[in-house]
Amino acid sequence: MTQRARQIGDALLKVEGVHLSFGGVKALSDVSFEIREHEILAIIGPNGAGKSSMLNVINGFYHPQEGTITYKGETRKRMKPHAAAKTGIARTFQNIALFRGMSTLDNIMTGRLLKMRRNFLWQALYWGPAKNEEMAHRASVERIIDFLEIQSIRRTPVGRLPYGLQKRVELGRALAAEPDLLLLDEPMAGMNVEEKEDMCRFVLDVNDEFGTTIALIEHDMSVVMDISDRVVVLDYGRKIADGTPDQVRADRVVIDAYLGVSHDQSETAEQA
Amino acid sequence: MSETQAADAAALDTFPKLLANNARRRPERPAAREKDLGIWQTWTWSQVAEEVRALACGLAALGLKRGDKIAIVGDNRPRLYWTMTAAQVLGAVPVPLYQDSVAEEMAFVVDHAEVRFAMVEDQEQVDKLLAIKADNPRIEQIVYDDDRGLRHYDQDFLHSFEDIQAKGRAYDRANAGFYEAEVARGKGEDIAIILYTSGTTGQPKGVVLSFANLVQTARNTIEFDGLTEDEDVLAYLPMAWVGDHLFSYGQSYVAGFCVSCPESSDTVLSDLRELGPTYFFAVPRIFESVLTTVMIRMEDAGWIKRRMFHYFMAVAKRCGIRILDGRPVSIGDRLLYGLGRLLIYGPLLNTLGFSRIRVAYTAGEAIGPDIFDFYRSLGVNLKQLYGSTEASVSITAQPDGEVLPDTVGRPSPGVEIKITEAGEVMFRSPGVFQEYYRNPEETANIKTEDGWVHTGDAGFIGDNGHLKIIDRAKDVGKLNDGTLFAPKYIENKLKFFPEIKEAVAFGHGRDFCAVFLNIDLEAVGNWAERHHIAYASYQELAGHPQVQQIIKGQVEKVNRDLAGDPNLAGSQIRRFLILHKELDPDDGELTRTRKVRRGFVSEKYQTLIEALYSGAERAHVETEMTFKDGRKGSITADLEIVAAETFPGAEPLRRAS
Repeated sequence: MTQRARQIGDALLKVEGVHLSFGGVKALSDVSFEIREHEILAIIGPNGAGKSSMLNVINGFYHPQEGTITYKGETRKRMKPHAAAKTGIARTFQNIALFRGMSTLDNIMTGRLLKMRRNFLWQALYWGPAKNEEMAHRASVERIIDFLEIQSIRRTPVGRLPYGLQKRVELGRALAAEPDLLLLDEPMAGMNVEEKEDMCRFVLDVNDEFGTTIALIEHDMSVVMDISDRVVVLDYGRKIADGTPDQVRADRVVIDAYLGVSHDQSETAEQA
Repeated sequence: MSETQAADAAALDTFPKLLANNARRRPERPAAREKDLGIWQTWTWSQVAEEVRALACGLAALGLKRGDKIAIVGDNRPRLYWTMTAAQVLGAVPVPLYQDSVAEEMAFVVDHAEVRFAMVEDQEQVDKLLAIKADNPRIEQIVYDDDRGLRHYDQDFLHSFEDIQAKGRAYDRANAGFYEAEVARGKGEDIAIILYTSGTTGQPKGVVLSFANLVQTARNTIEFDGLTEDEDVLAYLPMAWVGDHLFSYGQSYVAGFCVSCPESSDTVLSDLRELGPTYFFAVPRIFESVLTTVMIRMEDAGWIKRRMFHYFMAVAKRCGIRILDGRPVSIGDRLLYGLGRLLIYGPLLNTLGFSRIRVAYTAGEAIGPDIFDFYRSLGVNLKQLYGSTEASVSITAQPDGEVLPDTVGRPSPGVEIKITEAGEVMFRSPGVFQEYYRNPEETANIKTEDGWVHTGDAGFIGDNGHLKIIDRAKDVGKLNDGTLFAPKYIENKLKFFPEIKEAVAFGHGRDFCAVFLNIDLEAVGNWAERHHIAYASYQELAGHPQVQQIIKGQVEKVNRDLAGDPNLAGSQIRRFLILHKELDPDDGELTRTRKVRRGFVSEKYQTLIEALYSGAERAHVETEMTFKDGRKGSITADLEIVAAETFPGAEPLRRAS
């Protein structure tokens, strides 16, 4: 983390005053923060704090009742996920969402779908320009396979892979879209220590090699503190802190939210 | 013709000269392949010559001189092989290291070999070398092949492969004739390489091999197996191992065939399938695991396929080996075998990547006869060889058509063999190593003044002229009547039965041979399930009378085998018992690598050994054991001692040969 190829720049995406509720349930209320170019931003918070809802708002899966999202200087209120994908936002899911019967290679190829110029019929013919195009896409997928060191499972159906590798394939598919902004929903959940270390390495490498801006949700605090440039903390749908890992770690409100706080203690604290 | 060949041999006495020769004689033929980004990339001999030239000049510009050592660390990569040649051009000595050793292990070799330069594969190895360099400032320059993750390393002694080659091209232009002059300076008796033996006992030893050692051994073995420039080889075994150095480097340069490097160490099996090598080497474990995979997948196949598979495998078992050896086979079997090849053997071999194999070797340890025969009956010309680093690999090998599963073949061309009084195998050959680097005492221990080398293995030469290795010389003992007793040989024969997991043979200084056995809980348990035999524990299953009958049959099979061998007929197993518990590293009975600690076991089970030799029919034993959760407990058992039938020793077999 000491050096990086690209310095952190201005805001790539700005969330302002976002409210999201499902019926009577308030998932997000008045959340504002920004994601800066080339940074790794972690969104943390206790269960049910609204982290996944936040990612879903950013990539247009949920539509907030209030508030705006400004991405690459363009302010929007409603967006469809495929439109988000077209503008360079890719994501992975908390519960792996791969095509289990398809090989690793084919799964990552699907990530290139939006980059395909030829229509379905051309591709079915696999001739001329369509063939050349497919070969170019295949080449870029191979670079991702090499990058993530998954050559040995290129032809293996994804359903047969262990969980940690499936997560890696899912990251590969998101990378295939060559995103500017990559959203990772709990990329290290359910992994053992070694798999987590590998995944951290890949997240840092993606950020460093491709300059991809990354926003990730993660529960493992040591991971968050290690790899992220800034941390946004949500609790009950509200943002309670925002800053560098060190600032957030020292933040009283954050400590309370995570450790819980009993009433007398908070009273004595106030008195003191 | 032969005169020009002889002249060639004299002129082509180093690998750099052989490379130049290949670039001249077969410039457009492939020399190296590597799978990169999912596609096999190929370099022709003339391209390799260019690459090596640029690299050698670059290393010269960096300061690599005659006599310097350059460490080479990484998976099999064309660029790392080229580094060997480039160093040899300059008269420097490549020292390949095992890529999976940790920094501390590497530090010893790097220090002992006085390494100044290092060529490494990637960031992982760079980090190790940097750690070593911190304590060992003699390392001056480090060059890396793959720059991934190394962008932020700014040490000025770190260089990328491309940079060195670019420097080399400039150096080459500025110093016309330098490269050719350096190549011409190399001579056959120069040191070609130092290979450190992995050293199961004590510190690793650096085996110094000359160009003459390697080139002559390569020539002899190429002739022995009729290898040509059309072979395809997959280089996947560690570059620091002498076998890889001969098969993927020495023989390739002499014969001019192409060597392919797998995409990564995890993809070897699929690369094997894509490539279909014609010449292949693997240790027994690999052949075994491939066979197991095939068998498991066949059990999952539909019943038609399964029936066909088993039917034709029976046909192959009956006549496949005879067909491979060119011996007579009835017309009916020949037709059935042909049909089997069409329906089963061909597709199966193709799936495994074995369909083009002309010559395959295995060595290192004993291979189970069933495994060996499986491949041979399918038509894979699998053979055993016996060799060592000190011999530049080959001591003996099985010639085509003379493959006997329990021997390691005849002396390789140019190799002389003798057996000492004590039964130890010694050899003398053109491949005999120069010395152990900076270790004259060890050299003197192993190598005699007139060039004979001790192998440390006990064996004998049968009447058919084939060498049979039976054990490490120090483990071989004698029965009271003077019969040779080779415990490991007997134990290995027993362990080839799937039902027997472990065996410990006793006999040195005794009247006869007796053994302890462990049954294999998985194999025997499976059998018990099929025969509706209930059991609650290992101990109960091991003591079951029917199990004892099965094991007795197998011990007698081993005896019958031993009886056929005049040297070993006297060491047949007269009595055995099946232990009441599995030998376990937690109880100190096995090493962590699961080798029996003979001394410890014989002390611990002294009473059982006495019972074996006393003529008692049962023995009572109480043993302390450690449970999986670390608790200690003791188990008691009454063990039955079984007497096995022995067979009269056969007259020495006379083979018409």
